[in-house]
Amino acid sequence: MLFDYLSVVVLLVLGLANIFGMMVLPKLLRPHNPTAQKLVAYECGENPIGTSWLQYNVRFFVVALVFIIFDMEIVFMFPWAVVFKEVYATSGPLPLIEMAFFIAVLAVGLIYLWVEGLLDWIRTIR
Amino acid sequence: MPAPLEYLAVSCILFGIGIAGVLTRRNLLVILMSIELMLNSANLAFLTFSRLHGQLHGQVIAIFVMTVAAAEAAIGLAIVVALFRQTGSVRIDEATRLRG
Amino acid sequence: MEALFHVATFYVFAAFALAGAAISAFSRRLVYCVFALLLTFLGVAGLYVLLSADFLAAVQVLLYAGGILVLLIFGVMLTHEIADVSTEANFTDIKFGAVISGILWLLLVVYICKVPWAVLDPLPPYAPTTRAIGLQFLGDYLVPFEYSSFVLLLVVLGAATLARKEVD
Repeated sequence: MLFDYLSVVVLLVLGLANIFGMMVLPKLLRPHNPTAQKLVAYECGENPIGTSWLQYNVRFFVVALVFIIFDMEIVFMFPWAVVFKEVYATSGPLPLIEMAFFIAVLAVGLIYLWVEGLLDWIRTIR
Repeated sequence: MPAPLEYLAVSCILFGIGIAGVLTRRNLLVILMSIELMLNSANLAFLTFSRLHGQLHGQVIAIFVMTVAAAEAAIGLAIVVALFRQTGSVRIDEATRLRG
Repeated sequence: MEALFHVATFYVFAAFALAGAAISAFSRRLVYCVFALLLTFLGVAGLYVLLSADFLAAVQVLLYAGGILVLLIFGVMLTHEIADVSTEANFTDIKFGAVISGILWLLLVVYICKVPWAVLDPLPPYAPTTRAIGLQFLGDYLVPFEYSSFVLLLVVLGAATLARKEVD
């Protein structure tokens, strides 16, 4: 049974080997001859000012927040979906009602965000 | 196979690292990460017990712990961002003002 | 062969988890802290697989590595100019914290060693868990299941209220 996961381990190892192979192999093969011209970030463009690290816009944060909530919702829905058919066969539409309630409660949050305009990328002045 | 106690040992060390992180760091983000570490170690302990007893209750509880972890991360980071906008810093020793 | 595979993967994943945790709790560079957390989450997911919790392992990758970590990275990007990063992540009163956490940790170790853990022998075989978890959700854990939707709703409302001031 545990050997079923061997493919995952093989994929993981191959992926890591790929990344580090891609980094190490060129280092061994390529000639090493840096000049000041070659070391600038854009060889025939503007010289960059400041660092490449920027402060992100806070709008990304709201999107990430909504994502994590609905990620969690999927975690709850997935086992429910797996057993839905057999439970439906024995106990009728009860699981459907339960999940509808679950989703309805979370939909209130989504509607709140929508009405408040937090999901709009370009904000209107209210 | 490794004895279940070895899983508990990993969980215990992870929890110890989490406590040390919470108590010794002054950056609020690192404190949040350490709390995530502690919740992870608690989940690991739950799953170990679930395996020890051959029951699934530990796994179901672990899902609820993950819900709490997601809630904690979302609200905690919203507070951190709000604090940063107010004071320009996320260091806990500089967050001495209680009113907004 | 399978036993050897099991032991080897256990130690590899445990080393991943603990090394990542140590870096993320004690590194001085905030960016290293966040990305080391990925190592911890993946290592713990591997341990979940070894504990016959396949669904939880998938959830760990999906939720922690895919959701919470992204949120933490956004938190770092939102609150820091990178010039500050090396200095911002330093320690508070380290002796006091180390002593307190050492005492708490020792208490934990003592109690783990004292309790006679009941171990099933032999351990139950590996089995897929998603279906059984679903049955638990619709059975014994129905009320917590519905209740957690309220928790998530409150998270949306609370975090939106906190974040709205920043957006406007």
